[in-house]
Amino acid sequence: MGAAIPAASAGGPLRLPRALGSLPGFGLSMGITISCLSLIVLIPLSGLVWKTASLGATELAHAVLSPRALAAYRLSFGAALIAGSVNVVFGLILAWVLTRYDFPGRQIVDAAIDLPFALPTAVAGIALTTLYVEQGWLGRFLEPHGIKVAFAPAGVAVAMIFVGLPFVIRTVQPVLLDLDVHMEEAAATLGASRLYTLRKVIVPAVLPAALTGFALAFARAVGEYGSVVFISGNMPGRTEIAPLLIVTKLEQFDYGGATAVALVMLVLSFVMLLVVNLLQSSVRP
Amino acid sequence: MTDPRPLRWLLIAIALAFLTLFVGLPVIAVFVEAFRKGAPAYWQAISDPETISAIRLTLLTAAISVPINVAFGVAACWLIAKYRFPGKGILLTLIDLPFSVSPVIAGLIFVLLLGARGVFGPWFEAHDVHVIFAVPGIVLATTFVTFPFVVREVLPIMQELGNDEEEQALTLGAGGWQILFRITLPKVRWGILYGVILCNARAMGEFGAVSVVSGHIRGRTNTIPLQVEILYNEYNLSGAFAVASILTILALFTLVGKKLIESRIKMRA
Repeated sequence: MGAAIPAASAGGPLRLPRALGSLPGFGLSMGITISCLSLIVLIPLSGLVWKTASLGATELAHAVLSPRALAAYRLSFGAALIAGSVNVVFGLILAWVLTRYDFPGRQIVDAAIDLPFALPTAVAGIALTTLYVEQGWLGRFLEPHGIKVAFAPAGVAVAMIFVGLPFVIRTVQPVLLDLDVHMEEAAATLGASRLYTLRKVIVPAVLPAALTGFALAFARAVGEYGSVVFISGNMPGRTEIAPLLIVTKLEQFDYGGATAVALVMLVLSFVMLLVVNLLQSSVRP
Repeated sequence: MTDPRPLRWLLIAIALAFLTLFVGLPVIAVFVEAFRKGAPAYWQAISDPETISAIRLTLLTAAISVPINVAFGVAACWLIAKYRFPGKGILLTLIDLPFSVSPVIAGLIFVLLLGARGVFGPWFEAHDVHVIFAVPGIVLATTFVTFPFVVREVLPIMQELGNDEEEQALTLGAGGWQILFRITLPKVRWGILYGVILCNARAMGEFGAVSVVSGHIRGRTNTIPLQVEILYNEYNLSGAFAVASILTILALFTLVGKKLIESRIKMRA
């Protein structure tokens, strides 16, 4: 496909341009897309299914249902649920403040929200741990009151709050920007109280976006590894998250066990997301 | 109609307190801990041969996986934005898939596929090619976790800008590559740069997936995040935070670059 000279000026046989809407390159771009997708994502992921299929039923049940594995799922999904909920509450406040109020440093605050996307998880992990250990800047105020964060389940939730922090804000922000302030004003002039407007106008508009943000933050938190392993302390059965259990099994060359736990995680996350999607379609006006 | 002043102040105070606690303090802590033993110790940790080789491997990994993702991203965006075909929704979901897979599982699938006991492992071993616990595995795992970035950022822009100019160029006799390089790419260049910045930040900072496939061979298969972990687990805290400060500076530059490009894109829109 070199520089084609327009047929008319070349004086050669008249070549009609292809029909509108049929730009060249369909085959090539489809080929590149499908081969990259297959080589990097689909074939490797199918390896997981292949490995699971080769496991015996007893082996699978043993790996999936051991008390240690059950404790790991409970911690991973429980802490992710808490972290997602905390992120919804504070994410809504932050999104509201950033879209409705003007205050000095608003642009910096807006940029800072994406830090958890940009900061490598290992760095976040060691930084949070340092803050919450007994002698840390925050730990020294919390530990005397019996609140243990580092090397305790609470630490897992703290790390998950960090990695999931931007999601709710970034999904809710555009909705709040789009939401017509005139509609709120109209509600007010018609005699609606501020709370009534909030309940009847703002919440229905924002709820689906907040749920999406929750789902994204939750999914990210469940799979999170780097920031959690430093602060959690990694005690089997108590502060060991499911991704760490996979790594431990791999290090012991128990590939079957690692695969089984990975599969449970994928299935549980998928079910959770499905539930959230259903919830979302039921609240959408 | 605005919120009453006390409510406004209360909400701003809550928002700022939450951000300070979860974003501000960790960043400050990184630099305070990094310089706890003074600038000479900081410099020594940064210029350690193991750190230097980790930096080199991280740069190499990003230099391979980011261009792969850009080439794939442009091709996929062209395909999705310019043509109608069945299965487009499924294709988009599949491209997004790596974002919903735990990084540890991303590493695991490559070990299962290419490791010594994996599907293709024996073949690679017979040909003396090392993939897992070697650089190719690190590049593959990194490319997997960063796979959706460029498509996600470029596709909305390409779709919004439409195909009019491309179709006009076609009627004037321009070829496919000419249209791509002279019209489409210049139109979406800020979107591509945005995707590259995000993709690069993740590629250089990926920990979980890389940790599973790297084998942690010191000075050979350690990236910067893995080097941070090793130093930290050796209780060399100031060393770990010194190396971590490199990644933190990268993250801060990423945020600034992102903000600048966002205002560019908004101006054009």
